[in-house]
Amino acid sequence: MQLTSRLLVAAAKLISGYTVRWKNAMPDTCQRIYFANHTSHLDGLVLWAGLPPHLRELTRPVAAKDYWEKGWIRRHVATAFNALLIDRREVKVHQSPVDLMIREMEDKYSLIIFPEGSRNVKEQMNKFKSGLYYLAKKRPDLELVPVYLDNMNRILPRGEVLPVPLLSNITIGAPIWLEQGESKQQFLDRARQSIIRLRDDEE
Amino acid sequence: MLFDTLHPFVWGFLEESSKLSLPFEKRTAWLIAAVMISLIIGSLVGKLLERSSEERLNSAVVRSFNQRIRSWWLMCAILIAGLVIGPTGTVVLFGMIAFWALREFITMTPTRRGDHRALFWVLVIFTPLQFFLVGLNDERQMFKVLLPLIAALFVPMRIALANDEKRFLERSAKILIGILICVYALSFAPAILYLKIVDSTGQLWNANKGLLFFFVLITQLNDVMQFGWGKLIGRNLIADRINTSRTSEGVIAAAASSALLGALFCWVTPFLFWQAALIAVVISLTGFAGGLTMSAIKRDRGVKDFGTLLQGHAGILDRIDSLCFAAPVFYLLTEYFFTK
Repeated sequence: MQLTSRLLVAAAKLISGYTVRWKNAMPDTCQRIYFANHTSHLDGLVLWAGLPPHLRELTRPVAAKDYWEKGWIRRHVATAFNALLIDRREVKVHQSPVDLMIREMEDKYSLIIFPEGSRNVKEQMNKFKSGLYYLAKKRPDLELVPVYLDNMNRILPRGEVLPVPLLSNITIGAPIWLEQGESKQQFLDRARQSIIRLRDDEE
Repeated sequence: MLFDTLHPFVWGFLEESSKLSLPFEKRTAWLIAAVMISLIIGSLVGKLLERSSEERLNSAVVRSFNQRIRSWWLMCAILIAGLVIGPTGTVVLFGMIAFWALREFITMTPTRRGDHRALFWVLVIFTPLQFFLVGLNDERQMFKVLLPLIAALFVPMRIALANDEKRFLERSAKILIGILICVYALSFAPAILYLKIVDSTGQLWNANKGLLFFFVLITQLNDVMQFGWGKLIGRNLIADRINTSRTSEGVIAAAASSALLGALFCWVTPFLFWQAALIAVVISLTGFAGGLTMSAIKRDRGVKDFGTLLQGHAGILDRIDSLCFAAPVFYLLTEYFFTK
């Protein structure tokens, strides 16, 4: 498993040639939710690989069960980067994704989530799903860290199997928290804006 | 004086290396030793400048100087590693440089969703295949036709297959010019290793590694001299909307100094000193052409350096633009006049 995860990091670096920038943020082992824009199947893997090794061990990407449980290779890869698989189709009342995430986080893991839900094909980011809000509400101690992934949609766009090994950027920004009296929509808009700001600063 | 102190040391190294029969020629070893020594001196000077930069010197210039020295170390290490491993090693290393350069080029160039599969072919299949053919070194020399013929026809076809007609010609042209400059042109540099050279007396001459080293050395030194002379005596910008540092005075002075350097280093080449001087002038002018063309591409895209495009990346394309343009011309001249 160690070997597979090393190989995964090397492959992610080779395929996406990423550069990581921490902007008004520092790597830390405290519990965090990294939330990012989502345009490619590689997003979770690349963001996870871009973290320093000691954080990588403590960080689990949240991914779709229907995709990552298909076939031996995907299953193996998902275990190697300790993915937390969520069933998108069967959402039960006491088994909601947010509950599952909170349970699986325990008191040491951080998560990587993509609040847009599914991969985006448009220029603009989609509206955020409400999961991030409920996470923030149930666990106010978590740091919510915005991440902007640049160029991933050109490396492996939706509907393609073979990646084109271009170069990409991972920009990690300052954490946000749910503010006193903030409504769900206000908070989700603010979270979305924090990623857009990272993108605009870059350009 | 420095030369006198170092002389026994270098000589000892060479004696040793000839006893061990290192896999490259003595003259090449001399050249490498000379380059290493100047790099060591350069690094020391850079360190000194860094310390005193706060008081007098422009720190941006110092930083760019140090960056250049660092990338030279890398280039030098690549060449030496390649020389020790053998010609195949050099070809593979140049292939990796070309791959990285093309990556930078395409990352900077906007493409459409429909170009995805064409780009996959270009980066993952054609680029390695080109360097494989260079290393294969067969008589038919397929590496000379693969990209400008086969890839040039294949890429537009693959884009057409993706069923997206928007700006079709423009998209094909962007990808093709990328392959032409970053991959095809650069692949002529390691191809120098496989030329069957005869010198001007008609003798077979086989220290091709030294010749490659000579070529890279003159190209890189010429870059610096063009910049330096331009700063010192430059008056008239050649194309002020494209590049604000290349002046006609700088280009002429650099060509003259390159000629001098070429003649000075003619002992590692099959050329007579005047031939070496002449070919150094050609390297100088084609190197200038490369820098200018790349500046135009960068201006068109609105970036200053390929390096700043993605922070933290070295910006390989900034360093090899002159090499890309000079390599095919240098190769063809050598092939035309110095092979049977």
